[in-house]
Amino acid sequence: MPSKGQKPSMGGVFLNGIFTENPTFRLVLGVCPTLAVTTSAINGVGMGLAATFVLLGSNLVISMLRKFIPDKVRIPAFVVVICTFVTMVQMLMQAFLPSLYASLGLFIPLIVVNCIILARAEAFASKHTVLASAMDGIGMGLGFTLALILLGSVREIVGNGTLFGLDILGAGFEPMLLLVLAPGAFITFGLLLGIINAIGNRGKTNKAAKGGARA
Amino acid sequence: MTLPLSTGPHILGKRTTRGIMLDVLIALTPAAAAGVYLFGVRAAWVLGVAVASAVATEALWQRLSHRPLQVGDLSAVVTGLLLGLNLPSSAPLWLAAVGSAFAIVVVKQLFGGIGHNFLNPALAARAVLLTSWPARMTTFFLPERTLLPVASTAMVGDAVTSATPLVKSGTAMIDLFWGNIPGTIGEVCKAAILIGFIYLLVRNVIGPHIPVLFVGTVALMTWLLGGDPLTAILSGGVLLGAVFMATDYVTNPMLIVSQCLFAALCGVIVVVIRQSAGGYPEGVTYAILLMNVLTPLLDKLFKRRAYGEVKQRA
Amino acid sequence: MNLTFTGVLMFMISSVLVNNYIFSRFLGCCPFLGVSSKVETATGMGIAVIFVMGLASLFTWLAYHYILVPLGLTYLNTIAFILIIASLVQFVEMFMKKSMKALYTALGIYLPLITTNCAVLGAAILNITEGYTLVEAVLNGVFSALGFLLAIVLMAGVRERLESSNIPNCLKGFPISLITAGLLSVAFMGFVGLGQ
Repeated sequence: MPSKGQKPSMGGVFLNGIFTENPTFRLVLGVCPTLAVTTSAINGVGMGLAATFVLLGSNLVISMLRKFIPDKVRIPAFVVVICTFVTMVQMLMQAFLPSLYASLGLFIPLIVVNCIILARAEAFASKHTVLASAMDGIGMGLGFTLALILLGSVREIVGNGTLFGLDILGAGFEPMLLLVLAPGAFITFGLLLGIINAIGNRGKTNKAAKGGARA
Repeated sequence: MTLPLSTGPHILGKRTTRGIMLDVLIALTPAAAAGVYLFGVRAAWVLGVAVASAVATEALWQRLSHRPLQVGDLSAVVTGLLLGLNLPSSAPLWLAAVGSAFAIVVVKQLFGGIGHNFLNPALAARAVLLTSWPARMTTFFLPERTLLPVASTAMVGDAVTSATPLVKSGTAMIDLFWGNIPGTIGEVCKAAILIGFIYLLVRNVIGPHIPVLFVGTVALMTWLLGGDPLTAILSGGVLLGAVFMATDYVTNPMLIVSQCLFAALCGVIVVVIRQSAGGYPEGVTYAILLMNVLTPLLDKLFKRRAYGEVKQRA
Repeated sequence: MNLTFTGVLMFMISSVLVNNYIFSRFLGCCPFLGVSSKVETATGMGIAVIFVMGLASLFTWLAYHYILVPLGLTYLNTIAFILIIASLVQFVEMFMKKSMKALYTALGIYLPLITTNCAVLGAAILNITEGYTLVEAVLNGVFSALGFLLAIVLMAGVRERLESSNIPNCLKGFPISLITAGLLSVAFMGFVGLGQ
């Protein structure tokens, strides 16, 4: 078990994925699903939780097997593990959430090639304990989910006048359709990323003394 | 001010941005005046709000981002006016304001301000508005007044609005020319656009090759496909786009050769988009935008071939 | 789709311009954003993708219809496809190294990156869900990749031009690339009505 030594604390690992190394806004990984499914906030929740499930599962299994997987074939082995969990998610969603599955479409099976998952397997789970890897999986997954909800909310409010399907801006508001279409995905994500960078940079200059817990 | 009489590439030594923009504004005045005359006070409001929003957004952006205030170069006024001329007189005023703000902030300033935008800001904003509020952008009023008596039979007893800006059967050529037709504020009166074109030529702000090749290609392609070439060039925004938007220094290629190719391809895309069913009623906006996108590659392809060492624009 | 000249042409226009993988389907965005800073490398990447996507469409279609369907294992398609694509990329790399030296030196470095290009897996899955025939599947793979090539080369052209621009600090890198892609996508909206 990791102690208070050089190893990062469990809480630190968890929060790392949500803020410091948020996969969407700080590391900019998994761009395709981020752009494709965020036409509404609820889609963001669905995609985010599906990816979190896969991340948690693959991190757990890979961390358990980390001493047994030969280094040379580790990438194919990781991919097989990830694929297994993706197929599970696919089948579960088809059975229990068919309408959400239909609106996320192609991007559920494509979680396999989502760089976030393979990157965490390679960079974290294959080097850390089971518990730490689980925390990392949940943290990264929730970081991804929150980012998708943020992007999905902005696009849904401005592009459709609703949030989680509720009409919040009234009949007088004429939604800017562009935001729920392809160009809006790129532009909104780019602008949000810029705003978050600007806030981050300001924070960095203010708290220059505070060291990061990056491993 | 002395005017250097040279053909392109248009790196205009002594002429200031402000001087050029002033000339463009003067050249746009006839089209704007004709639009206001034809469509009434509403058109003036749309143009005014578009210009005001462009200037205000530019000033605000430059202040907030601690950059030198450059509103005096008049480029924001030109962008706002061009966008306004590309809107229908029926457009709500907020639409004009949002469009201008988008043109200035997202298309121009985020990329580093004047000279660094890769799309024509007014056209990019028009495309964004067209995608976002399609019904608002394609509701056209018939002119309130007309220049010369109306010759067409199509206009008599017609409804107040018309869904398509392209020609209705029965519209006389002379009405297309004088602007006695529904359309955006600046595109309908071809006579006014031509006056502006001649002014720009005389002042040597632009060369004739881009507009001529653009319009010529539209005519030729339409004729080849069995349409009427004259109707094709007098309808929609072909003339306005060819004279004022395709000639934008920043977003078209640097060399004459590549500018000619740029203009001809614009014409081809216009006809292709017009011929295809569905989608948008008018292809000029998208034709120029798509060619703006291709411009950096054209510049790369034609670099140093015609002129030897051509210095990159600063 | 009918296999006349017009039919194929319409199919191509639809895949390349109207339903472009980047600008309307968001497939392959990682390499699109990552390998588009120079026109030359973007071209190399695009050509390599055409090569791999054509072959991947062929083999995944065959594997699905002649192995997975008869065995009743269609639910394993994701894992089967990713393994096929990964081994295909390996094989193409070895083959090129041996017999097409010039092509290998030009495209070799892009090949490993393609395994994780979601456009390839996306095309393989779409070929099945859209119910394409073998010929349609291969054409879909090649044309979609052609659309990717077009998108990435146009993007690289614009990005080279932006190098000298004074872009606000917080937008440098990914944000401005995304906004650029968004504006390219706006221009591509002009093709919406095409090929109907």
